[in-house]
Amino acid sequence: MPGTPYLPDKPKSVPSSDELRARIPGWGADLDPKDRPSYPRERFDPGATGAHWEFPERQEEKWPRERSIEHEFLTPVFGTSTPPRGLSGVLRKYAYATWSEGRAAHWLTLIAADRVDAVESHLRSFVSLRPDNPITETGVLSEFSRGGLSSRVGRRRVDTSHTWIDPILVAGPWVLAGVVFLGLGRRATRSRR
Amino acid sequence: MKAMAYRGPYKVRVEEKDIPRIEHPNDAIVRVTRAAICGSDLHLYHGMMPDTRVGMTFGHEFIGVVEEVGSSVQNLKRGDRVMVPFNVYCGSCYFCARGLYSNCHNVNPNATAVGGIYGYSHTCGGYDGGQAEFVRVPFADVGPGIIPDWLDDEDALLMTDALSTGYFGAQIGDISEGDTVVVFGAGPVGLYAAKSSWLMGAGRVVVVDHLDYRLEKARTFAHAETLNFGEYDDVVVQLKKETDFLGADVVIDAVGAEADGNFLQHVTSAKFKLQGGSPIALNWAIDSVRKGGTVSVVGAYGPMFSAVKFGDAMNKGLTLRMNQCPVKRQWPRLLEHIRSGYLKPNDIVTHRIPLEHIAEGYHIFSSKLDECIKPVIVPSAH
Repeated sequence: MPGTPYLPDKPKSVPSSDELRARIPGWGADLDPKDRPSYPRERFDPGATGAHWEFPERQEEKWPRERSIEHEFLTPVFGTSTPPRGLSGVLRKYAYATWSEGRAAHWLTLIAADRVDAVESHLRSFVSLRPDNPITETGVLSEFSRGGLSSRVGRRRVDTSHTWIDPILVAGPWVLAGVVFLGLGRRATRSRR
Repeated sequence: MKAMAYRGPYKVRVEEKDIPRIEHPNDAIVRVTRAAICGSDLHLYHGMMPDTRVGMTFGHEFIGVVEEVGSSVQNLKRGDRVMVPFNVYCGSCYFCARGLYSNCHNVNPNATAVGGIYGYSHTCGGYDGGQAEFVRVPFADVGPGIIPDWLDDEDALLMTDALSTGYFGAQIGDISEGDTVVVFGAGPVGLYAAKSSWLMGAGRVVVVDHLDYRLEKARTFAHAETLNFGEYDDVVVQLKKETDFLGADVVIDAVGAEADGNFLQHVTSAKFKLQGGSPIALNWAIDSVRKGGTVSVVGAYGPMFSAVKFGDAMNKGLTLRMNQCPVKRQWPRLLEHIRSGYLKPNDIVTHRIPLEHIAEGYHIFSSKLDECIKPVIVPSAH
């Protein structure tokens, strides 16, 4: 005789509520949806938030703040971390001014700007008192102090199938830049001869 | 002050930055006493979230002490010990007025699809976060809550995101008495979602992951059955077997954008950023829930498209529910559960790391070294 779901009954593998109440601390404390704070999803109660304004005062805009064209205007409050700068800044401003959030070009340009930003920032760091250090900034030395090998070998971790990509993604551009730099140096030396 | 600063994918360091200033009359400046690294911070760290700028300070899970308040702040004063929800929100827009604090329309100029989140890229508003000695907290009368004297610092810290999000994930699963609930992901949010499912009256809770040490935690902390998907050729078939071929009534995706289990999906999203997120866990959720069941998504995904099996979701008549958690809405009930002893949030904290060593913290958490489940960051300013 077939069982669930070919027949109407619920599966029999579920323990009884009494058994669960005895075994699990707090079992069923929120059984009634009315005790669940996010039920119903929307509850109109503007007085509950602590806001004592209908529309907030506006924060001062100290530089032209990039914004989604799906907004009617600049929101009254916004973050002021890391203003756009350099070529990445140009790309970011263009992405915000040109495409809505519904367009892949908007997000792909922002992702491209992130990569450009990383290159620009690394280069800028080399003419600063604190150049980027890929050893300390990746925290990779914790591989030796926090069981890098024992955390992976002999375990059934499926992420080991792609762990090898990470060093290439992180160190690859540095190695490539070094090769290009050396190549250019050699060519310059040769042309001087 | 000392603050974590992003330096490009897989790289962070501690820098000297200016102490943040009041920029709006309802701002507060909070001296951070504890922060955490969230699993979703790893999406930023891996360069997956568009408009993540070099120099930004991450950190949307933090507590601290009020250092300074703006001229219109009425509910907080200097010296108050506060926990700050990860949502930046105004409390008065169309969405906040309806309790959707995570969908606030007045705080994020960069995008309308997501609200404001501390330290979570410009896509989420461009706010510096709390992995620092000080942080600017907008709408101080709305977001932060005073920490009850009886509440432990780490328990308060975990209420700012991970615990609230896990509890929220179980709620939006609309669990009924005796339901079988499957939770994908045994990270902090998944563990709390599993634990919370019992509060809603679940009959069975099964947690799925590939890290045995986390599954062990799911058994001891969340009283859950566990399944290591690395052991099975097809985890969906295994889950069907485990549920008498019916499928689970409710499945919670507590994994999000960097899900593992399919090389191509993972690499195209997490490594090469060609998708908004790896939809492996989400597709498994769609396939392993029963027809007419509910999939609850609290794992974070980027704003780009992902290869989601939408046809199966439609054909099975599923209810898909999801959102960033409106954190403060959860707090009164969560405090009751903590006080009653039903929840002990900091049981999952495995690492306490000085801010100065945050680069190691990110690497340990990202690479799942040293059986890491939840790393807490300890700033040195106090």
